[in-house]
Amino acid sequence: MTTDLTRASAAELADLLTAGETSSVEVTEALLERTDAVDGDVHAYLHVDRDGALATARAVDARRKAGEELHALAGVPIAVKDVMATQGLPTTCGSRILEGWVPPYDATLVTRLKAAGMPILGKTNMDEFAMGSSTEHSAYGPTRNPWDLERIPGGSGGGSSAVVASFQAPLAIGTDTGGSIRQPAAVTGTVGTKPTYGGVSRYGLVALASSLDQAGPCTRTVLDAAMLHEVIGGHDPMDSTSIDAPVPAVVEAARRADVTGMKIGIVRELTGDGFQPGVQARFDESVQHLVDAGAEVVEVSCPSFTAALAAYYLILPSEASSNLAKFDAMRYGLRVLPEGVTDPSAEQVMAATRDAGFGDEVKRRIILGTYALSSGYYDAYYGSAQKVRRLIADDFAKAFETADVLVSPTAPTTAFRFGDKLDDPMAMYLNDIATIPANLAGVPGMSLPSGLADEDGLPTGFQILAPAMADDRLYAAGAALEQRLLASWGGPLLGRAPELSAASTSKEA
Amino acid sequence: MTISAAGETRPTNSGIDTEATIPWDDVLAAYDPVLGLEVHVELGTNTKMFCGCATEFGAEPNTQVCPVCLGLPGALPVVNEVGVESAIRIGLALNCEIAQWCRFARKNYFYPDMPKNFQTSQYDEPIAFGGWLDVEIPAESGEGTETFRVEIERAHMEEDTGKSLHVGGSTGRIHGATHSLVDYNRAGIPLIEIVTKPIVGAGERAPEVAKAYVATLRDLLKALDVSDVKMEQGSMRCDVNLSLMPKGSDTFGTRTETKNVNSLRSVERAVRYEMCRHGSVLSQGGSVLQETRHWHEDTGMTTAGRPKSDADDYRYFPEPDLVPVAPSRETVEALRATLPEPPAQRRKRLQSDWGFSDLEMRDVLNAGLVELIESTVAAGATPAGARKWWSGEIARRANADGADVVSYAGERGIEPAHVVELEGLVTSGRLNDSMARQVWEGVLDGEGAPTAVADARGLELVQDDGALEAAVDAVIARNEDIAQKVRDGKVQAAGALIGQVMKEMKGQADAGKAREIILARLGQS
Repeated sequence: MTTDLTRASAAELADLLTAGETSSVEVTEALLERTDAVDGDVHAYLHVDRDGALATARAVDARRKAGEELHALAGVPIAVKDVMATQGLPTTCGSRILEGWVPPYDATLVTRLKAAGMPILGKTNMDEFAMGSSTEHSAYGPTRNPWDLERIPGGSGGGSSAVVASFQAPLAIGTDTGGSIRQPAAVTGTVGTKPTYGGVSRYGLVALASSLDQAGPCTRTVLDAAMLHEVIGGHDPMDSTSIDAPVPAVVEAARRADVTGMKIGIVRELTGDGFQPGVQARFDESVQHLVDAGAEVVEVSCPSFTAALAAYYLILPSEASSNLAKFDAMRYGLRVLPEGVTDPSAEQVMAATRDAGFGDEVKRRIILGTYALSSGYYDAYYGSAQKVRRLIADDFAKAFETADVLVSPTAPTTAFRFGDKLDDPMAMYLNDIATIPANLAGVPGMSLPSGLADEDGLPTGFQILAPAMADDRLYAAGAALEQRLLASWGGPLLGRAPELSAASTSKEA
Repeated sequence: MTISAAGETRPTNSGIDTEATIPWDDVLAAYDPVLGLEVHVELGTNTKMFCGCATEFGAEPNTQVCPVCLGLPGALPVVNEVGVESAIRIGLALNCEIAQWCRFARKNYFYPDMPKNFQTSQYDEPIAFGGWLDVEIPAESGEGTETFRVEIERAHMEEDTGKSLHVGGSTGRIHGATHSLVDYNRAGIPLIEIVTKPIVGAGERAPEVAKAYVATLRDLLKALDVSDVKMEQGSMRCDVNLSLMPKGSDTFGTRTETKNVNSLRSVERAVRYEMCRHGSVLSQGGSVLQETRHWHEDTGMTTAGRPKSDADDYRYFPEPDLVPVAPSRETVEALRATLPEPPAQRRKRLQSDWGFSDLEMRDVLNAGLVELIESTVAAGATPAGARKWWSGEIARRANADGADVVSYAGERGIEPAHVVELEGLVTSGRLNDSMARQVWEGVLDGEGAPTAVADARGLELVQDDGALEAAVDAVIARNEDIAQKVRDGKVQAAGALIGQVMKEMKGQADAGKAREIILARLGQS
């Protein structure tokens, strides 16, 4: 075998499997070995399901041998963010309060992965309840960026981007509430898509903010993202907000990689000041690549985007404060009895458990949200934020009258060091300035690697946004840019990442 | 672990006994009551409001649950369309407007029997609003009835909570319990909350109006076939808001909310009791505490619950996991077309169709026999016959069993067809009344249908005139004195002779025919 199975893309693995040149068991074992070797350092996984993954792999191999018609990605392993309910597999959302909880049901998305015959390698680390941009808020310790173990892998889905960037899985599932797929993709040199809101079922996604959350693919190539997008997308009657329409032709768009005549809108408010020079430089080059590929550049203005962060930090905590109320020790998860209280009441147990089980960032947002929804403040906070949300949607609508897609740097900076922003929530929140508008408006967005910043040699991300249900445009533009960048780099960007030491012990967190 | 009642402290009226009452007449002399009724109705849908779980009453605890109604992390609600349709039909029947577009809202508060710690309800966008319901109360003149219009504020959709069972205390209430068990079978069952506008001007008839409103609403919901409206099982629950204002004032006083008043009689009594209690507090110069009250069926009294203020903050916001409900006007009109005849109108029509007197109709209504009589008449019986048997022999046996006629008949498989069959046996001359009663006895004891019982028991009027004539002659011979009286024109004296003839015939004779023969023999025909 000449191909390194851990470095192969999902599309390549799919071809090898179909051609009978490898087996799902072989691929799965190679990836699990890789995890044994590197995840002690990276800490991308909270839970590895070695037996379950291999059982699925064996079953798929047997079906293939029996001549069954299989899904294109059958046998290609995947990692799933620990925010998705997986029957029989622990699901903690990176929180102590769900330590040991094993869901009795599968998220719709997980059901679809299983139906496609994709072995689930394990559950990836994340900021607690997806609140954060660094995984430093995981109750189980942070994930480290494979490019520099002293730096953050982005968040909240740092585990899913790092697991892909460190070649422990070709594919992972992330969720994106304000950038939690795209920002980690940007800082780890990987690809991530937040589909149109309603494009992928949220059933079984433990909600942070229901009106903003959306699950999507984390991969190393644009085509892989499209293939995974197609598996998990589509209507689900279990999710009332799911869109009852076919999944846009994302794989076809990724394969055609055609931007001829496409109008690329540069969002004035999402460039320039506040963006790291190396990030901006790689962005400008990427735009030029798209122009070289036949696209046309227009400049658009979205003035309401400047209020997006403020609106987001009212809507998200408000919904989160209500969504997280269910964690009360009554039915599942952690139960903590208050100290020094004999015969405590249910309220006292709820309070003690929530105090012990939630981290500071979660408490901060619950308090913010509870306040914003309080009578007397509702109109000023939650009500105003909803108006801003409307204005942002209007800005998008107007921008899409002149541009087919909008582009910006994904995150203002490259990966920062652990602890750099931990004590400054505002600085942490500003990391999502470019990604948040898409969540507020429900439009799809993608981040793909645009290179390395000159000043620190770390990956930078290029964001593409499209109108709702035009996710295929992300893949057309993304694949076209990817082709030209790969040619200019002479190979994948991740090829330039430092080798991870193989000294770590196997882990089963 | 116990579930403590919220709120440890409450304001006090120093020196005033807030639990005392004053006589009814004293309350009426000084105060006017203001009523507000909140009725929760569990819809009779097959599945819950936001998931596919069954809604059967009385199932083993926690067997009708799923990730959605248990509020498991990640689970999402999906609206039960039948629930929405029921809500719209209820709104239309209450003469409400139906919202063009409305949303569900989350009502946030922590309680162990509420799986998500928020209740999915509706807040400022109810599905139905601005209606009214006319109720009949006895006329002040004492004759007939008069109509009292109750204005409806709104009817909105929500989900029920689970049910807490407090164990270890003597009362079954939360205080004194050592621990609590929670059954989530009820969690997520569709509820419609129907809220009246403040009802003013009912005066001394406030208790009657309250009772009549709940009774009328119950009849209406039953006619709509949206709920089984069993107050004793909690599928219809009533909260009574009450305040007093000094006579002549139009400023509402402080109200109390007496929760879960679950029978018509209790609604009437609770209103009356709270009026007397408020009257006592106010006439002592105290102030009524805004609080919930518990109703005690056994003592006919209320006791303090938890303080409730208008500032209770449930942090309502639109439910982001559900899409808005926007029924098209075509849908609304199609649903309007399915509304049944209003029960009051229907009663009037049936009374006239059946030719019942007011008294007869009232008895039939009180016994809950309207539907049975209606279907019995539809099956071919005469209205008089249907009424006679259902409210006669069958009702007598049901009463003796301590059951109501409908469930008694249901348990024993007695159907309208049985009544029709029996009436046929009587009109054809095969049975007389007393034989018919014996047949009922057999039918109710499970011996079979009327004809089969009559056959098995050998019940049949003697059709042989010879035997009857012989019996008449024998009786006349033995009672010459009575016979003479009849001959002298005292026809009513023949009754005594008929009785003896019937006895001679062991009851198996047609009494009418016996009378005919006696009168003929005695020269009176």
